[in-house]
Amino acid sequence: MSAHRERIVIVGASLAGLRTAESLRAGGFTGELVLIGDEPHEPYDRPPLSKTVLSGRIGTGRLALRTSDLAARWLLGVAATGLDRAGRLVRLADGGSVGFDRLVIATGVRARPWPVAEQAALNGVHVLRGRDDADRLRADLAAGPDRVLVVGAGFTGSEVASSCRDLGLAVTLVHRGAAPMAGALGTAVGSAIGVRQRAHGVDLRVGTTVAALVGDRQGRLRQARLSDGDVVDADVAVVASGSLRNVEWLHGSGLAVDARGVHCDPACRVLDTDGAVVDGLYAVGDVARWRHPLFDGAPTALEHWGNAVDQAETAAHNLTRAPHGVRFNEAVPAFWSDQFGMNIKSVGLPHLADHVVLAQGGFDRRSFVAVYGRDGVTVGAVSVDSPRVMDGYRALITERAAFPPRIDATDSPAFATPSPILEGAARP
Amino acid sequence: MHVVIDLNRCQSYGQCVYAAPEVFRFRGGESLEYDHVPDARYEQAVERAALACPVRAITLGRPSEAVPAPAAGGVR
Repeated sequence: MSAHRERIVIVGASLAGLRTAESLRAGGFTGELVLIGDEPHEPYDRPPLSKTVLSGRIGTGRLALRTSDLAARWLLGVAATGLDRAGRLVRLADGGSVGFDRLVIATGVRARPWPVAEQAALNGVHVLRGRDDADRLRADLAAGPDRVLVVGAGFTGSEVASSCRDLGLAVTLVHRGAAPMAGALGTAVGSAIGVRQRAHGVDLRVGTTVAALVGDRQGRLRQARLSDGDVVDADVAVVASGSLRNVEWLHGSGLAVDARGVHCDPACRVLDTDGAVVDGLYAVGDVARWRHPLFDGAPTALEHWGNAVDQAETAAHNLTRAPHGVRFNEAVPAFWSDQFGMNIKSVGLPHLADHVVLAQGGFDRRSFVAVYGRDGVTVGAVSVDSPRVMDGYRALITERAAFPPRIDATDSPAFATPSPILEGAARP
Repeated sequence: MHVVIDLNRCQSYGQCVYAAPEVFRFRGGESLEYDHVPDARYEQAVERAALACPVRAITLGRPSEAVPAPAAGGVR
């Protein structure tokens, strides 16, 4: 028998899992690496799915994410179904199991389905999370539907609506909140973006929900009934009302896991139900719930590309260097969205804010920057078509600068008063 | 060749678009789009694009290992 070669198993073969593997190898890990993914595809980039893919400008076969060889063993197209901590085994949907010495949990999220199963099953009703979803939706959009209904004007829903307009399709975008993306960006910025969505021809209905999706006898979507009694004729619907974390396989494992995610510390080390660090278990990406050291607030999952990369690098560092030199992930969170010709960039955690203030440009101008504060501390900034100024705002967030910060750029407003983050809307 | 851009880091300077317009392009004023798997004939241009990026947002790689098809695993 040869000496035992350490095996790290990564459950989840999308961005967070892949980057963990790549960082492990780059950091000198020479043991066995196993990647397990429930999708049958090798890792691909998700952000383009709602943008270039739906618009038909790039195919789903051209989204590869690997940039290095991993000398890994891949188990694709098979979901993990259970974790045996004592036996250090991951159980698989095909009945098999994989032993591990250390484990990285990167199972991400799935799209929240339409809640009524028979309505969700109508032809023409879609969700968008994976590349198979995108291929199916793309095919329906390419067929030229008379109208597309998008349920939920978060980032995914707004980007889907944008792609539909790129294709010249009529779009109704229904949103429960007072403005698109208001949950992430607040009412003032969300409303400013909503104005632009309407200017691009979107039939935006805020403060509205979809009561029912209605099909014909052939099981094809035909209409949606809205909460205000209106009826919208639509032959394609995209349900973009958030996500569910893929944590069911961890139930009963004794880890601190619930619908909000896998609770871990800022070093990506998984906690057990007593709040103690579990030896050798890490969580990264959309499924990981944690409290960023820079911000006050409840532990939360950050479902963003950049967070997956930051956590992957942190986990890989700690896997190769622990127990000495344990590093916390202190990178300032960031995300972007491209829609309706606008480039939206966010740094910090604007969703934590209680107030927001215009810092540069104007909500009615092509570009602007808004700054977000919580309890008098700057916690975030969001720009529209102004990506080159964000480094300065990131610095304010890192410094925990007083809010509102004094910004006196040439395009700053002469006078701007912070407004409540959800002004004019009931907190959801 | 595989191309991955960190679009958080990208500040839309557009140097990649000048270097390899067949692979990188702007949509609207500031939104960068790109082909992750560019045609081999653009590889030199893409390498120039990566070097030209003032914020070093472009990662290039040439993974040579194939990823096995589903159910071809065998680690147990």
